[in-house]
Amino acid sequence: MDSLDPQGPIATDIDGLFRLTLNIATVIFVLVTGALLYATIRFRDRGDRTPEPKQVEGNARFEVIWTVIPVLILASIAVPTVDRIFKYTSCADDALHIEVTGHQWWFEYNYPDDGFSTANVLVMPTDTEICLDMSSDDVIHNYWVPKLNGKRYLVPGQATVLLLRADEPGEYWGQCAEFCGLSHAKMRARVIAMNPDDYADWLTSQQRPASMPADGTIEQEGMNLFLGGQCVSCHNISGVTASNPALATGSIYGPDLTHFSSRDVFAGATLNHDDPGAIESWIDNPPLIKPGSFMPNIDLTQQEIEALAAYLRSLD
Amino acid sequence: MATTASRSGARTIFRRPDSNTGFWGWITTADHKKIGIMYGYTAFTFFILGGLEALLLRIQLSQPDNVFLSASEYNAMFTMHGTTMIFLFVMPVSAAFFNYLLPLMIGARDVAFPRMNAVSYWIFVFGGIFLYSSFVFGTTGPPEGGNLAEVASRLGSGPNGGWFGYAPNSGLRFSTGTVMDYWSIGLQILGLASLISSINFIVTVFNMRAKGMKLLRMPVFVWMTTVVAFLLLFSLPIIAVALFMITFDRNVGTLFFDPSMGGDPILWQHFFWLFGHPEVYILVLPAMGIVSEVLPTFSRKPLFGYPAVVFAGAAIGFMGFGVWAHHMFASGVTPITQAAFGLSTMAIAIPTGIKIFNWIGTIWGGKIKLNTPMLFSLGFVGMFVIGGLSGVTHSIVPADWQQTDTYYIVAHFHYVLFGGAIFGLFSGLYYWFPKLTGRMYSETLGKLHFWVFFVGFNLTFGPMHWLGLNGMVRRTWVYAEETGLGPWNMVVTIGAFIIALGVLIFMINWTWSKRNGPIAPFDPWDARTLEWTLPSPTPEYNFAVNPVITSLDDFWHKKYSEDADGRPVRRPEATALLAEYEEVGLNPPEPIHLPNPSYYPFLVGVGMPMVGYGLIYDNTAWGIPLLILGAVTIVGSFIGWGVEPLEEPHADHHSDEPDHEHPGTDGEDS
Repeated sequence: MDSLDPQGPIATDIDGLFRLTLNIATVIFVLVTGALLYATIRFRDRGDRTPEPKQVEGNARFEVIWTVIPVLILASIAVPTVDRIFKYTSCADDALHIEVTGHQWWFEYNYPDDGFSTANVLVMPTDTEICLDMSSDDVIHNYWVPKLNGKRYLVPGQATVLLLRADEPGEYWGQCAEFCGLSHAKMRARVIAMNPDDYADWLTSQQRPASMPADGTIEQEGMNLFLGGQCVSCHNISGVTASNPALATGSIYGPDLTHFSSRDVFAGATLNHDDPGAIESWIDNPPLIKPGSFMPNIDLTQQEIEALAAYLRSLD
Repeated sequence: MATTASRSGARTIFRRPDSNTGFWGWITTADHKKIGIMYGYTAFTFFILGGLEALLLRIQLSQPDNVFLSASEYNAMFTMHGTTMIFLFVMPVSAAFFNYLLPLMIGARDVAFPRMNAVSYWIFVFGGIFLYSSFVFGTTGPPEGGNLAEVASRLGSGPNGGWFGYAPNSGLRFSTGTVMDYWSIGLQILGLASLISSINFIVTVFNMRAKGMKLLRMPVFVWMTTVVAFLLLFSLPIIAVALFMITFDRNVGTLFFDPSMGGDPILWQHFFWLFGHPEVYILVLPAMGIVSEVLPTFSRKPLFGYPAVVFAGAAIGFMGFGVWAHHMFASGVTPITQAAFGLSTMAIAIPTGIKIFNWIGTIWGGKIKLNTPMLFSLGFVGMFVIGGLSGVTHSIVPADWQQTDTYYIVAHFHYVLFGGAIFGLFSGLYYWFPKLTGRMYSETLGKLHFWVFFVGFNLTFGPMHWLGLNGMVRRTWVYAEETGLGPWNMVVTIGAFIIALGVLIFMINWTWSKRNGPIAPFDPWDARTLEWTLPSPTPEYNFAVNPVITSLDDFWHKKYSEDADGRPVRRPEATALLAEYEEVGLNPPEPIHLPNPSYYPFLVGVGMPMVGYGLIYDNTAWGIPLLILGAVTIVGSFIGWGVEPLEEPHADHHSDEPDHEHPGTDGEDS
């Protein structure tokens, strides 16, 4: 998760600008500290062997020189800076729009053209400019996937945009970068860039309703627990919870779980599905893993936990 | 004035304190030097607290997914580390220098308003205690509707919304409990203290300079003090308004920053940084002033380009008000805004560069004595170059989109504020130690302190550049092992403990040398400025005879003339002159007026937290009565103060003749 190994054209361009500045800064650093060290050693007091110094009070020519040279250097990096600011703060007309909403402490992704919502993992096609239309449901968050672009705030009540573009398919790590309360550290993100063909397949798979467990299985037991308990008051599972009145009022604030297990990570992209026991320990006591969590510990029995976990794993 | 005084003096409520010594002598003093010393020790106590908080943070981050601190404890620690170091250490320790030195360097017997000086100190002390009392009384919890697995510990009951207190996270819905009320009201009280002292310093500089000390003959430290005082005067009202707004949002039900009702959380950021960026210069300019005194003294040369350094400092002060939105490049402000603030941020590098080049010009060709204050000043210049250059990389706005909110920024501002401000302040502590205590510090321990600090500092903050560029986000209490950030974080943590060792060496040196160091001559450094014409430690009345100034670095020119080559030659009469300074300095030829001690500044301070607690606990039975009691204490103390004369007749050092020439008695009624 570093900005020094950029993967998309935007991040690469920014990195180039940073490295140019860094190189200039390094030269200045070597010259200035070199002069400082040289003067310190060369003119140190060696007792009687060092004469009393000439009382020089200043030099107008030097003052002009060391004012003008920095002005010229700064002007030379100011031009590309201003150019890139305008280039990367608005979306192209043909960009693919995905909505991002910040929640304490996870990112929600809406695909407005395709009518579904997902969480924690942003899936996008390669070689396409992605325009993230961002806002927040609670406090200010800051979306950052360093290999693809710099950061942009998600502000409650305001709209911001961030451009992403990846050339290569791959998984890119991200993290909320603005302090957003207790579990700020646990608000992470994944971006998966796919070939446009794979992306089309993924879109299709996400648009279908959730798979239904077979009768008499532990998964079905889990689904019944889900629908009968508190889970359904915050989470949507398409085809299962469609009649949930909370959906209509917009008071749902947990991630959409329709295709839960199609995503590698959950709980603010901090836990992996593949890790044995990860889902179980999360359901058991969410605030222990994510302090302040809006998902409460509802004192489930071990049996209930296992049934719910099995059901969630079946939501591919 | 003296006659009015004797009449009204009888009417005061409290009997006037008459002792200048002992416990009450300190509590009631109006002497700028004693106040400066108290500022220094209090600020240093908070430095220890802020440092301990930093060590806890570093233990937690030394390895990935550590469980040493809980999230709420970590959030309280980083919030209070920042708040403490800025508001309770660097600002007040700079105030300590201003208080102690400003009158000495301009040839005055006190500041313009001695009791106002005392009140700003006591408001600061009680503001700091109030803020820290959050750890004892404060309550906190998850955001509304959220859940915690465990009750927050006392360590986690400090303010926890960041020193920047971003809305709406700092609002009532997301910061439940009272800790953020302690923060907003505590900062309000602390800001009041700085605002009062800024006015005092400005009036002192413009009205109380010795005869012949024109503005461009003032030491650079005095100049930087003046610039800082103006920055405080103009920036503190901004944060005061913003803090009132957030306090009202939390306690009265206003909605300034609540987006759910049309408030604007980004507005808070504009307010905060419009104060917060000048604040950066408030923190670093005093150290720049100190360095500009130390480098010439130990190079035995005048400051190179004195007017350029002065004007660059003033330019930094002005431009400091025009760069605030560079803290918000990721906030979604318009591209025009980003471009404008990117360019203004680049521009501020120019006067900063001028200062650095002139400092190098100062030591160039000098006769450099590498003692402790000089090492710290040279260290300041070197470290500040790094902090300045990384600062320029933030002005490359798209690059800042990557850097902001990461450890790269943490590295940058610690190079500016620790490598810069704190190195400069330690340079000053060693440099003026003889004047303060009358004794010399241990040079061996001092140099050891420098090198331990230098190594620890770079080990701590150097790798943070790398960590930030590698994706380490700020204010996170854990990071994943897969990020590979663990090893460098361990290095950083080791560095932090080395810094702590350096602080320990400093404390040993200070405590030991103050009692047992060799007796200091009154001009141990063969220095250039007025304070070195005084006996060490400085007598209560400062100047036995009001000095007359004829040039910049007047004291130096009284000791040295120049030969045909422009090299200094000690004047034959210099030795006799120094002896005369010492003799006269200790035996004033005529009695000297000094402001009397007073209880009222202390009582004003006492009233502040009472109002604070009253506001927080206004829903309890004792909240409103306490608020009223606090307000009565404050207003009553000001009234008592108003009818109490600055000087009592027939007190110590008092002559029967009214004397309108003495600083501190010139008809002002502070």
